[in-house]
Amino acid sequence: MAAMKNCHNDYKMKFSADEEFPDLSQHNNHMAKVLTKEIYAKLRSKSTPSGFTLDDVIQTGVDNPGHPFIMTVGCVAGDEESYEVFKDLLDPIISDRHGGYKPTDKHKTDLNFENLKGGDDLDPNYVLSSRVRTGRSIKGFTLPPHNSRGERRGIEKLSIEALSSLDGEFKGKYYPLNGMSDAEQEQLIADHFLFDKPVSPLLTCAGMARDWPDGRGIWHNDNKTFLVWVNEEDHLRVISMQKGGNMKEVFRRFCVGLQKIEEIFKKHNHGFMWNEHLGYILTCPSNLGTGLRGGVHVKLAKLSTHPKFEEILTRLRLQKRGTGGVDTASVGGVFDISNADRLGSSEVEQVQLVVDGVKLMVEMEKKLEKGESIDGMIPAQK
Amino acid sequence: MASSFSRILSSKRNVGILSLVGGSVAAGFLLHREQVTAGEPLRRRYPASAEYPDLRKHNNCMASNLTPAIYAKLCDKTTPNGYTLDQAIQTGVDNPGHPFIKTVGMVAGDEESYEVFADLLDPVIKERHNGYDPNTMKHPTDLDSSKLHSGNFDERYVLSSRVRTGRSIRGLSLPPACTRAERREVERVVVDALAGLKGDLAGRYYSLTQMTEKEQQQLIDDHFLFDKPVSPLLTCAGMARDWPDARGIWHNNEKTFLIWVNEEDHTRVISMEKGGNMKRVFERFCKGLKEVERLIQERGWEFMWNERLGYVLTCPSNLGTGLRAGVHVKLPLLAKDSRFSKILDNLRLQKRGTGGVDTAAVGGVFDISNLDRLGQSEVQLVQTVVDGVNYLIECEKRLEKGQDIKSGPA
Repeated sequence: MAAMKNCHNDYKMKFSADEEFPDLSQHNNHMAKVLTKEIYAKLRSKSTPSGFTLDDVIQTGVDNPGHPFIMTVGCVAGDEESYEVFKDLLDPIISDRHGGYKPTDKHKTDLNFENLKGGDDLDPNYVLSSRVRTGRSIKGFTLPPHNSRGERRGIEKLSIEALSSLDGEFKGKYYPLNGMSDAEQEQLIADHFLFDKPVSPLLTCAGMARDWPDGRGIWHNDNKTFLVWVNEEDHLRVISMQKGGNMKEVFRRFCVGLQKIEEIFKKHNHGFMWNEHLGYILTCPSNLGTGLRGGVHVKLAKLSTHPKFEEILTRLRLQKRGTGGVDTASVGGVFDISNADRLGSSEVEQVQLVVDGVKLMVEMEKKLEKGESIDGMIPAQK
Repeated sequence: MASSFSRILSSKRNVGILSLVGGSVAAGFLLHREQVTAGEPLRRRYPASAEYPDLRKHNNCMASNLTPAIYAKLCDKTTPNGYTLDQAIQTGVDNPGHPFIKTVGMVAGDEESYEVFADLLDPVIKERHNGYDPNTMKHPTDLDSSKLHSGNFDERYVLSSRVRTGRSIRGLSLPPACTRAERREVERVVVDALAGLKGDLAGRYYSLTQMTEKEQQQLIDDHFLFDKPVSPLLTCAGMARDWPDARGIWHNNEKTFLIWVNEEDHTRVISMEKGGNMKRVFERFCKGLKEVERLIQERGWEFMWNERLGYVLTCPSNLGTGLRAGVHVKLPLLAKDSRFSKILDNLRLQKRGTGGVDTAAVGGVFDISNLDRLGQSEVQLVQTVVDGVNYLIECEKRLEKGQDIKSGPA
């Protein structure tokens, strides 16, 4: 494939680095904390073979100064090579975001569901639903911030081919966003499967909503327990979910389904983007490694008001969200609890933390309901 | 000035100045379409047919005119600054439009876009501007405000009068494509020039990044402050990048002459007053514009202009004069008359709510302004507004007395 030049970037080189350096004085995101004038000057003339440049990487972080309390990443990759070409910027960001992960560290991938201990006995009176999601990028295509309509359609076509060859518990159907009937749309909304055009400026400023809804769609199995989003924030988002607390089963299905899909893509000479340093390559540096978020919707009305709740979560390496997902509030004492880590530990290890941690927190909740203290149960830092 | 700008742009400026000095023949030569060389062609991975956008649900001028053949012809081209067709049409692909409102659906990234992508822009311009053909027609520019007559409205009806336009600085890319350095240079050039304004035009600049809370509140109260664009028509075209870097507002001490820097265009120039003295508003508008032009020329810069397209702005809808002259006028009875829209059409006027484009009228007060931008001069368009608004007020008075009205002046 011939290298595609970013003509606009060559033009930009006529201006000095100082003249082009963004004003980050109001900013609080990982990119703004790491990007110095020196790094900017060093990397600004570079471009990946497909033409993605430093300014493309950082635009979302320049446009979204961030929040005083929440630290966003502030940059994206446009293709697999971004993580190499812009190493000098991305390595320190990855280190900040992923607990000190070093450029020499190796990431372990483990999708062997049999290595998970327990997870089939979370109390369904408290754990309402269980879910594991990850993302996958298809080698040979550029990522959502950068890809052209032709590429996005190519990704969709390949994904449909791969997914429609699945059978057994994975047999299912693809619903392209452009062209689904009203009835289909209603059903997907009722099932909580339908994804919308991104409205978050974190995504739109990175160019991920271009040409919507061209090339986007949702695939799910007939049982509605395994779901794939095509061309949203990543090439593929893969989700396994079901009501109740059987995370073991959810994780089994997740691993089996993922591996089946991966085999099919490999046969078409388009395996998933992966390397032994960064694990699975995704658009946002926060999703490197496993790209995995395993979580439950769990009733923790009493525990959530306990003064040590946040500390317990931190020690268990878990995070809370509202039941609408990221950036939402909890409703009726029900929280979305999931793993905080992505890079530097394996899929099995991360889901194990969720399983063990949620089990403990449900026991704490029960104690608090009885009016008993949980001081003796506070865990050590995992 | 030792910045990289004086080096890279001096050649462009010399070309521009030659066109002023050399008279119409030289200008004609320099601005002849084939003289604009495109930039390096794009190398693409997929053929044009695989990249052609899906425009089946679209209703905008770009979608109506972009055939697969035109797409194939233009998709590999770039302007000398590296702007591409895909970038120009992105806003129209992302915003299918509305069944009743036809948006333009594309923008220019630089002056050369209008040449390099002429095969698409010419039909779009023709459609948007009532058949104006940039290949064969010339646009008249006339900023001689003394030619305007009857420009004083009955202030029992007209609450305020306003004229706005835009101006682009030649040699610098437009808001959809400009780099941070270019945008900052636009700000520097304009603010530097505005500092030279005197008398009733003397004023000061408020940078969006540096204004105090107090200044901000005052600008809001004066209805001068502009916000980061939220309309996807603008954000999908990349105009809100790096906000609020190098954006700001300049206004004169009397608060009757106002310039927005780096919003949807390099500059938006506004003259306004309470009441119905459109003549004075237009006089200040012309005087201010000419002064600003003189001041930037002193420093070696000029506005983007050519005789086919008039003043060159980001959106093709604003070519020509880029001028919208309007009033806030009370027409409660006429508003309820079923002939109101037809009357406006005949007068070549449009109505908007008093919040501006895409707002509703409140209390029978309308924003009435000219429909056209290209193919008629500033004087002609403001005269159209003056004559039209006078006629509307006449209609309203007749309706007040229970008399009938005609849907057009005799």
